[in-house]
Amino acid sequence: MIDTNRQQELNRQELTEGAAGAAAATAALPPDQPQIAGGETRNQWRDVWRQFRSHRGAMVALILFIGVLLFVLAGPLIWTLDPTYVDIRARNTGFTSVHPLGTDQLGRDMLARLMAGGRVSISVGLTAMLIAIFLGSTIGVLSGYFRRLDAPLMRVTELFLALPLLPLLLLMVTLFREPLSQSFGPAMGIFLLIVSAIGATSWMQAARIVRGDVLGLKEREFILAAKSIGTPPRRMILRHILPNVMSPIMVAATLGIATAIITESALSFLGLGFPPDFPTWGRLLYDAVDQMVLYPSRVILPGVFISLTVLCVNYIGDGLRDAMDPRIRGR
Amino acid sequence: MLNFTMRRLLLAIPTLLFISLVIFLLLEASPGDPLGDVPLTVPPEVKEKMREALGLGQAWYIRYILWLKQFFWVEPLHWTDKLLGTYFSDGMQRIISFQSRSPVFDVIAQRVPQTLIVVGMSYIVGVMIAIPIGILSAYKQYSWFDQIGTFVSMVGFSMPTFFTGVVFIIIFGVKLQWFPSVYDTTHVVTDWGSFWVQVRQMIMPVTVLALYNAAQISRFMRASMLDNLGQDYVRTARAKGLGERKVVLKHVLRNSLIPVVTVIALGLPTVFGGAIITEQVFKVNGLGQLLISAIHANDIPMVLTLTFIFAILIIVFTLIADILYGVLDPRIRYD
Amino acid sequence: MVINSLKTGLLTSAAAVLAFASSPAHAERGTDGELKLLLWQAPSTLNVYLSTGVKEMLASSLILEPLAIFAPDGEIVPALAQELPTVENGGISEDLTSITWKLKEGVKWSDGSDLTAEDVKFTADYCMNDEGGCAQAAKFEGVTSVEAVDPLTVKITFDSPRPYPYAAFVGAQAPIIQKAQFENCTGAKAATCTEENFGPIGTGPFRATGFKTNDVVTLEANPEYREADKPAFATVTLKGGGDSTSAARAVLETGEYDYAWNIQLAPDVLEGMLAAGKGKLEVDFGATVEHILLNQSDPSPSLPEGERATLKHPHPILSDLKVRQALSMAIDRELLNEIGYGETGKATCNMVPNPEIYASDNDDCLTQDIEGAKALLEEAGWTVGGDGIREKDGVKLKLLFQTSVNAVRQDFQALIKQWWSEIGVETELKTVDASVYFGSDPGSPDTIVKFYADVEMYTDVYDGTDPGSFLSERSCASIPSPENQWQGENTVRYCDEEYEKLIKEMAQTSGIEARAELAKKMNLMITRDSMTHLPLIARGRVSVSSNRLGGVHMNAWDSEFWNVADWTRVEE
Repeated sequence: MIDTNRQQELNRQELTEGAAGAAAATAALPPDQPQIAGGETRNQWRDVWRQFRSHRGAMVALILFIGVLLFVLAGPLIWTLDPTYVDIRARNTGFTSVHPLGTDQLGRDMLARLMAGGRVSISVGLTAMLIAIFLGSTIGVLSGYFRRLDAPLMRVTELFLALPLLPLLLLMVTLFREPLSQSFGPAMGIFLLIVSAIGATSWMQAARIVRGDVLGLKEREFILAAKSIGTPPRRMILRHILPNVMSPIMVAATLGIATAIITESALSFLGLGFPPDFPTWGRLLYDAVDQMVLYPSRVILPGVFISLTVLCVNYIGDGLRDAMDPRIRGR
Repeated sequence: MLNFTMRRLLLAIPTLLFISLVIFLLLEASPGDPLGDVPLTVPPEVKEKMREALGLGQAWYIRYILWLKQFFWVEPLHWTDKLLGTYFSDGMQRIISFQSRSPVFDVIAQRVPQTLIVVGMSYIVGVMIAIPIGILSAYKQYSWFDQIGTFVSMVGFSMPTFFTGVVFIIIFGVKLQWFPSVYDTTHVVTDWGSFWVQVRQMIMPVTVLALYNAAQISRFMRASMLDNLGQDYVRTARAKGLGERKVVLKHVLRNSLIPVVTVIALGLPTVFGGAIITEQVFKVNGLGQLLISAIHANDIPMVLTLTFIFAILIIVFTLIADILYGVLDPRIRYD
Repeated sequence: MVINSLKTGLLTSAAAVLAFASSPAHAERGTDGELKLLLWQAPSTLNVYLSTGVKEMLASSLILEPLAIFAPDGEIVPALAQELPTVENGGISEDLTSITWKLKEGVKWSDGSDLTAEDVKFTADYCMNDEGGCAQAAKFEGVTSVEAVDPLTVKITFDSPRPYPYAAFVGAQAPIIQKAQFENCTGAKAATCTEENFGPIGTGPFRATGFKTNDVVTLEANPEYREADKPAFATVTLKGGGDSTSAARAVLETGEYDYAWNIQLAPDVLEGMLAAGKGKLEVDFGATVEHILLNQSDPSPSLPEGERATLKHPHPILSDLKVRQALSMAIDRELLNEIGYGETGKATCNMVPNPEIYASDNDDCLTQDIEGAKALLEEAGWTVGGDGIREKDGVKLKLLFQTSVNAVRQDFQALIKQWWSEIGVETELKTVDASVYFGSDPGSPDTIVKFYADVEMYTDVYDGTDPGSFLSERSCASIPSPENQWQGENTVRYCDEEYEKLIKEMAQTSGIEARAELAKKMNLMITRDSMTHLPLIARGRVSVSSNRLGGVHMNAWDSEFWNVADWTRVEE
């Protein structure tokens, strides 16, 4: 009973805090536009944003993430050294004013390489994750919701789970590398190849998880109620099912980014990745593992950037999920 | 439920046949050559002869059907012979690896123990850490425990094992000299002393893998617990005066397990698949190392057999997961 | 740090072998405990005739022995034979069509039976069987018959005069296997004899007690070994798996293993590990050369399949000698060596850098000359365009440079790209997975033989010490093309009538000096004169050994375990 009391106490505290936070936030906002406030749909996204801002972890993560994005996008405009320029006399230098983060074994500037590498890693990580999550949740929802689609879609999922990854990737390179780089240019072609390769081979877990959740959701009272008033399947899925499976999707998404960044580096060892002199965080990390004892900063820097990005996305995801959950938002 | 299980098992047969065909065609089509490792000094004529000796002269469908026959007919016969001392399989060709020219199943049997011990143990450890951490993190959302848990698991997940493994070796193998950096597959446990040796050589690979697995599972556990903690039934349960422990561990946990069961069911077959990178870093030489070296050598019979067994496990475990959904949430029905 | 560099001259050879044969003091067999060897690529079988890999050859060389082996200086010394047959001692017939070997007396297999000439004959039959898919068939090429004249005498007859008859039964790749054991394993059955292939009975210093394919081999001292006091070690564990870095670490830093094979590490990383003071580097230079090939055919994807990368279309840029010279001049080979290999490599301008007698006196390419390269390109009509890239008749000087996935090769690619950009050549880099790159799958576009790129880089090496057949592979007939399913060693598509004449001459020349003269001439033609092959680094064979291990003598021409019977435990 003591536990229960304590919990109630906590709940009460959260309630008041939440209300206070919300009040402060509303004070800062311009008054709601009357036609919206009076209409049947309040501005949902503004509520989400308000709730999101009150999530301290998510806000810190968002700011840090914007910082990382600025570093990789705007950084090269300020720090104009070419990341692939080999300056053999300056190889293996430590932190100096000419090379603030030192140089690698060929004298390439680490700061410039981290910026260039981050641009690739983040864009590959995000895009591949989006593809995987889109595929995974679509297949998961469809197969969980429509009984007739369940068997065929799940058999396809099993097939993909069983396929050996390496031969599949090698085959993809052989078939698509030249045509893609001819029609989209070498850099874009390889980018498309990589994100689709990663996306196409990592959606299965998300699909299985979403399906499992949907199977349970489908039998809940509110779904039955919505069905009984004749809600069409499209709206059922978008309005009622999807919002309720957001949290596993968010987790799968954050984990997916980390996997995609690392997988990209693994791909370059199959000759599938970007040209070998093209840095990415995953590859910087891998290449430096041998030199870990001699030059620890070369593994730590890319490692920190990968972790930081993944952590940020994780907290932003947490914040978004909380913000989009009407039960929490109402508190 | 029995009806459902039977139907799924029957459906599994054509599915598996189809999967095996797809894998076979994939291996056929993917670039690479079983003789790729042959040094440049070997003349092309010799290579041609070696190719024929591997049976690569025949058309692909003949080789596929031959493999099917070997897998579903010759191998089971061989094992019954071994068990019963009969001679059904005499003179029949078992599945032979291109690389070592030895029966594929004998090699797999050699590799299973170390993989099951190391990778399996790491999975068990991972799950045992992950579930309590997930529950606690969710229950005390945004507490210090949760924050640290989130931090450690996300960093743990974003650090690949090729990195953490080497860090472990450098710290505990080279600097402190606590654990061996090379796993000895010939070690036999006979007494406490040798058991301790076995434990010592397992600690590093198991820890590295367990960290990685725990990170993933604990995230799903936490998210799912959070979803359920906010539900009305939790309030009802509390309102009717149930103890907090009972509410959380019985009602909430049970309802939160569906995604976790999914993740674990997808993870268990990968235990059999081995852990390619970790096995390589610590030289465990289990099934993961077998698969990757077979792929690199384009040892088609070996890759095909391994991935096919893997496919069987995937189908079995997804079926088990589907049955467990029904147990965890009786509203889920398949009939 | 010990570096066993190549011994010069042929005189010192016998002395060197003797010196190591009588290395200090081990009185009895099996007194030194366990020898732990680490091969990061594990052997898949112990029968060398079923695999061409170096790892299998190494593992089996602990058990099986040939009639003669190559010593570290390249000299052939008898192992199971009494002496090396030559024309002078009557072992080789005057017309060079047969060779007669005499076996040592009293040699026993590890099961206690006697080694006879029948076993030697059987070995030849085993490998020459067409259905067996023998991986060492090249060693027996041109052999028409092998006869057991008497229990200790074997006569090998060739189909034509053989100026260099030391292929069959010479070196660890062609050892003698026991007839009694393998009798029922010939032809198509070779593959199914798993038990025999995993545990061959041999005459060598050790015999196998356990074998797990691609994982570990355990061995013990052979009780029947012909030298009663050897080997010093009672057991051997040969573990496989992992990668080169961790293998070096297990010897040099943790001291768990005595010897690790084939170490490929950046010089500074290796130095850091050696600083721990637990072991030393073992290096010897053989015929291994890392080199660049400049494609003589046009690999452009716009050409129809079947004509792409064939001599029907000469390369639009690289068929100009001046361009090739300029590309070579822009490369600083010494610097490449310093970054990629350090003490384990030497910058070279020769495709045949060793043995000394065959090596041309050619080191013009060692000095980098960027200005000279620019001048040559100007001379050839390639002028700098607006973007800093040279062009001629609307063609940009742009090259696609491919190699396999390998850290050192990627560093080389980056450096060479930089140098070439300094002379106005734009380079696109490409890497290919090694198992695809070195494969011969005619369906794959990324193999070295198809050469769908302008420039490629890899390491070439040949068996034994005589470069005759290696150099002859650069003939017009060996050019890979769709007609021969892209099988052919002349990947660069070099074709020169003068050179064809030399190939013919080589096939008829005997005597080491005369062959060496020819080899030098041929080597210069493909390197300095034509600049189609750009040798970069003569790579040493590199292993590391523990300070607690004595008697190791690196050998670049044969198994590096060639004298394992003499290895001993040294207490520090």
